[in-house]
Amino acid sequence: MSNFSSIIKTFTLWELLKGMRVTLRYFFSKKITVLYPEEKTPQSPRFRGLHALRRYPNGEERCIACKLCQAVCPAAAITIESTVAEDGTRRTSSYDIDLFKCIYCGFCEEACPVDAIVETRVFEYHMEKRGQHIMTKEKLLAVGDKYEAIIAADRATDAKYR
Amino acid sequence: MAGWFETTFPFAVNLWGMLPPLLQELIIILLQVLPLVIVVILCVAFLTYFERKVIGYMHVRIGPNRVGPKGLGQPFADVIKLLIKEIIIPANSNKFLFLIAPILALVPALATWAVIPVFPGFAIADINAGLLYVLALTSLGVYGIILAGWATNSKYALLGAMRSAAQIVAYEIAMGFALVGVLMAGGSLNLGDIVEAQSGGVTSWFWLPLFPLFLVYFISGVAETNRAPFDVAEGESEIVAGFHVEYSGAAFAMFFLGEYANIILIAALTTVMFVGGWHSAFSGPAFSFMDDTVLAFLREPGLFWLALKMSFFLYLFLWFRATFPRYRYDQIMRLGWKVFIPITIIWIAVEGVMVYAKIGPWSA
Repeated sequence: MSNFSSIIKTFTLWELLKGMRVTLRYFFSKKITVLYPEEKTPQSPRFRGLHALRRYPNGEERCIACKLCQAVCPAAAITIESTVAEDGTRRTSSYDIDLFKCIYCGFCEEACPVDAIVETRVFEYHMEKRGQHIMTKEKLLAVGDKYEAIIAADRATDAKYR
Repeated sequence: MAGWFETTFPFAVNLWGMLPPLLQELIIILLQVLPLVIVVILCVAFLTYFERKVIGYMHVRIGPNRVGPKGLGQPFADVIKLLIKEIIIPANSNKFLFLIAPILALVPALATWAVIPVFPGFAIADINAGLLYVLALTSLGVYGIILAGWATNSKYALLGAMRSAAQIVAYEIAMGFALVGVLMAGGSLNLGDIVEAQSGGVTSWFWLPLFPLFLVYFISGVAETNRAPFDVAEGESEIVAGFHVEYSGAAFAMFFLGEYANIILIAALTTVMFVGGWHSAFSGPAFSFMDDTVLAFLREPGLFWLALKMSFFLYLFLWFRATFPRYRYDQIMRLGWKVFIPITIIWIAVEGVMVYAKIGPWSA
């Protein structure tokens, strides 16, 4: 009997019609595409995008060249040279992040004792020439200056969980 | 109408009269061929757009929507992109065959249109052996694929070509037998006569008495055009792109055009042979109540009905592609040889008995 019904099913293309019914149902269902440049999906305050170096409100760089981020970086993307500044404090003379090596894990941000290196919400960036993938200290500070308001707000939101 | 033309442009009429009759005939044929070819190529362009939209919708996406309103400029953007790309000819290929193969794939797909009855009483070539011509030309299309696969001198291309050849040989037979059934029911090899024989509403079209053949023909048509779920000739997950791995730019565009022109052709042929060509679905006496209402225009036969039915079959092609996973190769062979060919032979025998006993709607 089951043999007979399977023959009937084969010759009426039953399974195929069932499959086609599924696709037809999806054909008429509401589309879930996000029209990217016009529409954007919500972002978490913990979003890990482009890196930035922050400053204190008085304009002083936060980074103290402790190299914890360099040590913790699993992709070895961070290279730091340190020096002694005129006021006798320890400062970075260069702070390079290779964006091609970086895996955006956020360990540098976690390791930083002074909240100097952070990952911002910026993810729409590109490089046009060779060498532009190296984020130098100047570029990182510029990013930090530009987005300081939102970086500070995100850190404040997340503070009670840290 | 003609009188108006003659009085307004007398010089044109004089010029036309001065041309030799052979040239006159040639010009008339060209004037019939060109619009059809242009329309078919435009249909191909928008079929690619339609395909991406339909499959997108079935994936709960919205498909191309950037070029022009609703993405309608997408086909033209694709064409321009393909035309300005470089044609790379592999160093170890057979250059002559490599370049002639795309043309061989495209030409039969366009040439078959000559015998398709487009609207009542018109086909470019209204020849008696139209059905034979169709069979001959649809079989020729495979040469383009085989030559492309061989001339490329690449293992993937050769594998794709061999798969395609075996598959087309298998399904060609089932297709031919299905058309024998149409021939018996229509009583003529002329496609126009076959459409005439189906006059009357939905129930007098051949799909009903020839239902198994209709299914076999359409599914074989899908296999014949190497479309999903029978697209092992391209099989991008196993053999990259099959026979057209090494083709780029305009040569690739020709293959693309040929494939989609073939799809439209199979849709047109299915429409002509099984669902009444340009006949209206409401033309039977059962719908005579529509005569004096606003719906009366729906009972007129015409190009509109051919286009509507073809669109349905084209949609089926895309629907299949969005629904079914690719067949395993041995299953394709099994389906072709062990299922389709027996079904068609049995149904031809059944049909023969019915014709002999005058059961059913046969005119012969």
